[in-house]
Amino acid sequence: MAQEGTNSTEITTPAKIPFWHDPTKRAIIYQVVVLLIVGMLGYYLFTNTQANLKRQAIATGFGFFSKEASFEIGESPIPYSAADTYARALLVGVLNTLKVSFIGIILTVILGTFIGIARLSTNWLVAKLAGIYIEVMQDIPVLLQLFFWYSISYEILPSPRQALNPFAGVFLTNRGLIFAVPEAHPAHVYMALAFLVGCVAVWALSRWAKKRQAKTGQPFPVFLVSIAILLGLPVAAWLLGGAPLKMDVPVLRGFNFQGGLTLSPEFVALLLGLVLYTAAFVAEIVRAGIQAISRGQVEAAMSMGLKPGQVLRLVILPQALRVIIPPLTSQMMNLTKNSTLAVAIGFPDFVSVANTTINQTGQAIEGVGMIMVVYLFFSLSTSAFMNWYNKRTALVER
Amino acid sequence: MVDSSQSMQAEQLKPPITRIGVIGWLRANLFSSVFNSVLTIVTLYFLWKIVPAFVRWAFIDSSWDTTGAACRAAGGACWSIVTKNLRFIIFGFFPYESQWRPLVAMIILFILLLLSSNRRFWKKSLGYAWLLGLFGMGLLLKGGLFGLSSVESTKWSGLPLTLLLSVFGLTAAYPLGIALALGRQSRMPAIKSLCIVYIETIRGVPLISLLFMSSVMFPLFLPEGITINNILRAQVAIILFTAAYIAEVVRGGLQAIGRGQYEAAESMGLNYYQKMRLIILPQALKIVIPPTVGILISAFKDTSLVVIIGLYDLLKTTQSTLSDPRWMGFSIEAYIFIALIYFAGCFSMSSYSRRLERELYRGN
Repeated sequence: MAQEGTNSTEITTPAKIPFWHDPTKRAIIYQVVVLLIVGMLGYYLFTNTQANLKRQAIATGFGFFSKEASFEIGESPIPYSAADTYARALLVGVLNTLKVSFIGIILTVILGTFIGIARLSTNWLVAKLAGIYIEVMQDIPVLLQLFFWYSISYEILPSPRQALNPFAGVFLTNRGLIFAVPEAHPAHVYMALAFLVGCVAVWALSRWAKKRQAKTGQPFPVFLVSIAILLGLPVAAWLLGGAPLKMDVPVLRGFNFQGGLTLSPEFVALLLGLVLYTAAFVAEIVRAGIQAISRGQVEAAMSMGLKPGQVLRLVILPQALRVIIPPLTSQMMNLTKNSTLAVAIGFPDFVSVANTTINQTGQAIEGVGMIMVVYLFFSLSTSAFMNWYNKRTALVER
Repeated sequence: MVDSSQSMQAEQLKPPITRIGVIGWLRANLFSSVFNSVLTIVTLYFLWKIVPAFVRWAFIDSSWDTTGAACRAAGGACWSIVTKNLRFIIFGFFPYESQWRPLVAMIILFILLLLSSNRRFWKKSLGYAWLLGLFGMGLLLKGGLFGLSSVESTKWSGLPLTLLLSVFGLTAAYPLGIALALGRQSRMPAIKSLCIVYIETIRGVPLISLLFMSSVMFPLFLPEGITINNILRAQVAIILFTAAYIAEVVRGGLQAIGRGQYEAAESMGLNYYQKMRLIILPQALKIVIPPTVGILISAFKDTSLVVIIGLYDLLKTTQSTLSDPRWMGFSIEAYIFIALIYFAGCFSMSSYSRRLERELYRGN
């Protein structure tokens, strides 16, 4: 616009535009004003905070990290005691959050996919039930669902002495879910290593198969061979390691079970609530993704002579996933954010530990700041992944 | 001849009895293949195991108007916890003899929502009705005028608090969200980046962190001697949170408006505010009504999080009923009751939003 202005002065009569009618200059003024207001607001809050902190004699900074936390944490994936530092307590919180989110996301995707497919089933009963599930779960606050599942654990489930035993080796009590696990054995390490080797082999195999198909046109049954490698290598390692079969079965000693693996009632309630709630949203996403593919696509693929498996892998999935993945990642993010509700039922996730830290040290700003930074980090990395994925799968249009 | 052959043909055989009526429907929808038949039978088996037991617990063996001790003896569901404590669960600590006031306020709200759901009433007068209604509701809760006794806002609790936080939250967040969306679409880099940072930060953090901020950090932000009460602080957090989500929804609407509309408005000589107010926003906001209802639903559900910072909303009043020794052990009944309240609210809103979506698409 400014250029046009100068041009017109050369051609026609010199009419100098006053600066308040010049959009460029006006834009600069607006922005300066907005920045000034935001800056002043920030400065005002900052000085108030400084004065308040001084008055309450709270030292700012992260010096409390190295102090002794002196509170216990109910469950922790790494060794932790009250004598450890706040930094370690917070690390335990982060790990607990990651644990519940990771397991929750996997279970949610599986359950949500099942329900989404069931919603589209030709079986009237199954489709209706799936529809009812989706509607009911979406319309009840997740916090209420958490309280509901948690209340079942302490009101209905019996004490360890009268533990419910639905399957051999699994016990349901008000102390949590206790089940048998294979006893520790060196063969398990070999199995994990074998699985990693299998992953690398599958990756190499699929590259080789793609290259060969591009060169000679001969397809290679990558999927079946991959499954065989991924299952076969660990089994082979297990056999070579002496095929250990011994299970660590929980036994009732005194008032509680010994041995096996115990999942606390808080963890189970949190996981159950998050998974059942989020799966309803995932089911809707999966349904929409499948419905987004027109029938013609499937018919065209079949008329080209592709087998049903190939139709699914080469035609349906690539298109459905393009529709499904973006909202699915945002649901995964929602699940991670909703896992902060753990604080309400006493599962020591990051927010819960940070909250205890705030209450003990009075470092409110640092505490809330840490919570925000940690979750921002999670969500920014999710959206970075999303952008990368979108770029990779975006439709290349003419 | 031709006619007669046609009339001969008109007497057609009926389809086989197994293809029509109840049997036909069952075959088509429940037993169309071996897999479907197995699925149906397995599902029916599970329903047979669950539904009668639930009905027995919830209705046949249940007690509706007894004491907690009598409930324990009866064994079934104890709906008495709801019937005996209904007024506390719904109205919380609001003075007992004045509880008609929040009741009237809620009725006004429902009438306004009902009116707004009908597109025939979408006129300016509805806006004024809302302003008047919100003012009236505030007055009924707060009191202090027209002979109504004044009620401390710390006494506001239960369902009215839940509705207040979500409806006021959305109403106040809406203009802020529109401003943020316009800012994000702006060509001025400073304003654009400020809006992006705000929206993405808020959407990246959980609501609970904002609520913590409101309860532990807001007091530090204010100058000495000034305090604002818990409810207002939580309300501010909910508004700041909801605004970011509204901004993204409105942005979707702005992007859906064709470039031609912007250019046509500019070529008519309208300035930025006229262009937005008269041409773009009316169209954009109409498109985004269904997702906005979605945000209202989430706001309604999310207000339950204020439990964590100790406000007595519907969920918290229920929990404090449950902590009464006389009623201990009936969490499931109480939670089912408030789940029904939440479900009724969310389900009516979401089915309304779906219906509206269909109508709007048909209109386009």
